[in-house]
Amino acid sequence: MLARRIIPCLDVKDGRVVKGSQFEGLKDVNDPKILGKRYSLEGADELVFYDITASHEKREISLQFVEEVAKEINIPFCVGGGLKTLGDIANVLNKGADKVSINSAAIDNPNLIKAASQKYGAQCIVLSIDVKQEDNEFIVYKNGGRINTHLNAIEWVKQGVRLGAGELVINSMNHDGMKQGFDIALLKQISEVVNVPVIASGGAGAISHFVDLAKQTDVDGYLAASVFHYKEITINELKETLQQANVPIRIER
Amino acid sequence: MNVIIDYKVGNIGSIKRGLNRAGIDAMISNDPDDIINANVLFLPGVGAFGDAMKDLKDTGLIPLIRQHVKNNKLLIGICLGMQILFESSSEFGYTKGLGFLKGEVVYLDITKKVPHMGWNKLFFAKEDTLLKYIQEEDYVYFVHSYYVDHPQDTLVAYTNYGVEIPAIVRQENIIGMQFHPEKSGQVGLKLLQAVKELIG
Repeated sequence: MLARRIIPCLDVKDGRVVKGSQFEGLKDVNDPKILGKRYSLEGADELVFYDITASHEKREISLQFVEEVAKEINIPFCVGGGLKTLGDIANVLNKGADKVSINSAAIDNPNLIKAASQKYGAQCIVLSIDVKQEDNEFIVYKNGGRINTHLNAIEWVKQGVRLGAGELVINSMNHDGMKQGFDIALLKQISEVVNVPVIASGGAGAISHFVDLAKQTDVDGYLAASVFHYKEITINELKETLQQANVPIRIER
Repeated sequence: MNVIIDYKVGNIGSIKRGLNRAGIDAMISNDPDDIINANVLFLPGVGAFGDAMKDLKDTGLIPLIRQHVKNNKLLIGICLGMQILFESSSEFGYTKGLGFLKGEVVYLDITKKVPHMGWNKLFFAKEDTLLKYIQEEDYVYFVHSYYVDHPQDTLVAYTNYGVEIPAIVRQENIIGMQFHPEKSGQVGLKLLQAVKELIG
């Protein structure tokens, strides 16, 4: 049985991790490779880095961290943020990322999913979506949640998987930052219609939220940022609690 | 020198970095002289079996790999590189493999999600020095849609995912790992450290 994956998510801007003041005592807390290695040693199963560098020119410099992370850590990691073309995807994979995550660019150009999947294999193409519930419907937003695409989330993930996405990251905008638990209704609906791994994102605030998610859905991965960054939850304690609740989880000995 | 065979398949840099972390020096090459002089050959691989076999044939290195094995030197296949050590695959039609090991590569025809992607437990089929630093039920990282059906007495360790999936196989100087040791955290590192000791 596959272990459920615990996935810390790090935002990187201009090659530095932002909102990462949690690891006191480290010389360079904002270095993606130091934080990445730290999480990997603490038991993270995978890492996601979102490059939020605003300008296209700065992005190439920013992405140098990918090579350094690839050298330092020995767990899989995904890189996303601003990837628009097959060339952008090739660049990140060549630097050593195991997966890439595409969001807005896939909405603007669904064929990008198909082309990338055919070239690199579905296993490394992750479709990430931002979802907001409006009048009992789940709607896809793009550009960091700023633009309403009027796409139905359930239809969009089905299409994304048909085009070749090998994994989905589902971020609930209603739950994100609220720390009141994951959006179980949304995640359940999505899990039921696709046959690729689903990663839950948005809403983690306590260990019990992860247990609830594990008990109520068969979602494959649990992604969170601030609860790990600010040490509100340690990966170790989270994993031990999940294991006690009979959730399959990897604990390194 | 240890050589990772370069035949245009992905993940080569990743394997090199993983070997380096375990203290194993390795160069990436498709130069026949490097292959002939290699102490250990690593055969990487991602993607489709047929494409990989074709690309490997195109390098002209297969006779040199066979000679390497005849000379009793270590050959280590990782992921698809393990699969092509076997006789054949049914991936997109029948393709012959290198045939060093007896067994066939077939699709994971199961009700679970395919590819088999993520962390899964190792169970031991027999004693082997490769396992000296790890324990049964340790997790390693898999990404694959095909698996080796009945590797017979070469099976060292396996995992369960709808079916029993061979994870480590070995026949004397030929070793295969279906998962990615270079991406399998501390357990993967320990396995590669055991490989390092085999190399001496």
